[in-house]
Amino acid sequence: MITTRGLTKRFGSVLAVDGVDLDVRPGDIYGFLGANGSGKTTTVRLLLGLVLATSGEIEIFSERMPKAGRRVLPRIGALVEGPAAYGHLSGTANLMLYDASAPGRSRRTRAARVDAVLHTVGLGDVGRRPVKAYSLGMRQRLGLAAALLAEAELLVLDEPTNGLDPQGIREIRELILRLSQDGATIFLSSHLLAEVEQMCTRVGVLDRGRLVLQDQLDALRRPTGRIVVRTPDATRAVALLDGHVELRDGDRLVVRGSDPASLNARLVAAGLRVTELALERRTLEDVILEVTSPEAAR
Amino acid sequence: MIRIELRKLFRRPRTWLTIALLDLLPTVVAILLALTHVGPRPGEGPAFLSAVLANGSLFAVAALAIVLPLFLPVAVAVIAGDAVAGEAQQGTLRYLLIRPVGRTRLLVAKLIAAFMFVAVAVVIVSGTGYIVGRLLLGHGSQASLSAAVTSVSGSSLTPGQIVWRTIITIGYVAFSMLGVAAMALFLSTLTDSPLSASIGALAFLIGSSLLLTLGAARALIPYLPTRYWLSFIDLFRDPILWRNVERGVALQAVYVLVLLGAAWANFTTKDIKS
Repeated sequence: MITTRGLTKRFGSVLAVDGVDLDVRPGDIYGFLGANGSGKTTTVRLLLGLVLATSGEIEIFSERMPKAGRRVLPRIGALVEGPAAYGHLSGTANLMLYDASAPGRSRRTRAARVDAVLHTVGLGDVGRRPVKAYSLGMRQRLGLAAALLAEAELLVLDEPTNGLDPQGIREIRELILRLSQDGATIFLSSHLLAEVEQMCTRVGVLDRGRLVLQDQLDALRRPTGRIVVRTPDATRAVALLDGHVELRDGDRLVVRGSDPASLNARLVAAGLRVTELALERRTLEDVILEVTSPEAAR
Repeated sequence: MIRIELRKLFRRPRTWLTIALLDLLPTVVAILLALTHVGPRPGEGPAFLSAVLANGSLFAVAALAIVLPLFLPVAVAVIAGDAVAGEAQQGTLRYLLIRPVGRTRLLVAKLIAAFMFVAVAVVIVSGTGYIVGRLLLGHGSQASLSAAVTSVSGSSLTPGQIVWRTIITIGYVAFSMLGVAAMALFLSTLTDSPLSASIGALAFLIGSSLLLTLGAARALIPYLPTRYWLSFIDLFRDPILWRNVERGVALQAVYVLVLLGAAWANFTTKDIKS
């Protein structure tokens, strides 16, 4: 869906994006992670044709960007670096204007579509209040509504849950998952690991302009070959599993092995109680901290 | 897109407020003139003000002459300077461009909206001036609609001649303002601050007006943008002196083309970071 080859952007002496090879596949929920100043936003702007690359190629829907912008951009819905709207108009008026400026959108269904999308993001009852009276969360929802208005195959969302309360965050998360199930590809940019972990299927990490990591989430969080067991009969368990126990911390044991079920069966057969049992996986946090450097002021 | 930009501009309360304020000064002047009957001596003060005491229908042109030196350019610069920079400042520019709205198409739409504002403002100011003039002024012996008016050259002009000369004046003043709009629009593509764009355009004009008074700038004077602004007075001579009016039109046209070209070249290639 989105492919970049050697994408580079230089601002004067600063190399904001350095040879990035993005690979976003159809149907992905792609989490684009990176610290502030890592080049995330510049990359998104490059993809959308707002900024011209110094070198490298961008292909979206197999068409070269930004040259094919007129064909490609109508199929993309985006939220870039925060929502924006005309403060003196209402949310509905803003969306109507927005829809009207897009090529080829039916005027007859406009009011109905705007209404539908406002309901989807939870702004159905907002009435004719001007946007300058909106709270941060409401503006964010309006921005999302604008992105959804395009009924796009590809959604490029920059910090979509910014400013939302936990209820709102969950609503948006469910919305994104639903859109993905309906066939959309979603490119999510965020600095919140937890959010990415909960929603995404594929992850790319940007560090100081370079794409240091790009892989399926499952592959990144692969099992470490160890099992974490919690048992009140820890001492007896250690004795039983002699040699396989790598770590003991009170009633928590880390045991070498890859089959929790048979470990469980073994412990129970020996009369030991098991409170918790799971395959140890690498956390996304560990993976990312390994490949990135501390956030420095840029 | 043009329709959308026009809608955006003329649905905004601020646009109409600006036009209303533009009408305010000539109206105040008319009231003062009507109350005191003290007109400036011929040659002193804004053009035609001494003549309007005799016939209020000239006030349409006098109103334009009153707002032309400062208020009208300010209004035009503010509206045109807001065109692109205002969208950038509000953050809505990036969303327009990714809709997508082609950069050239957007610029042209903004341009046409700005020019429409100029046309509407000028027509309303002169229209208001005419109404106010007829109502408040021209109570002298020549006040009737069919009376002739003394032209600048001393001979009489029939009301019919006044009307079409006024119409040409309106067109000429509007055209003179296009240079301001083009300058402000160009600056609007350079900066993210609509205020900077508007003030930059005004600085350009004030600088031009200043240089006009400087003997040392004599070589530049024929090319300064504000040089021929008040040349519409020549339209009320008998016979009409077309020379300065033609030069004014040509000069404005050159400025408009060059500035719009620069605006286009800049806007279509710049990185949008707003």
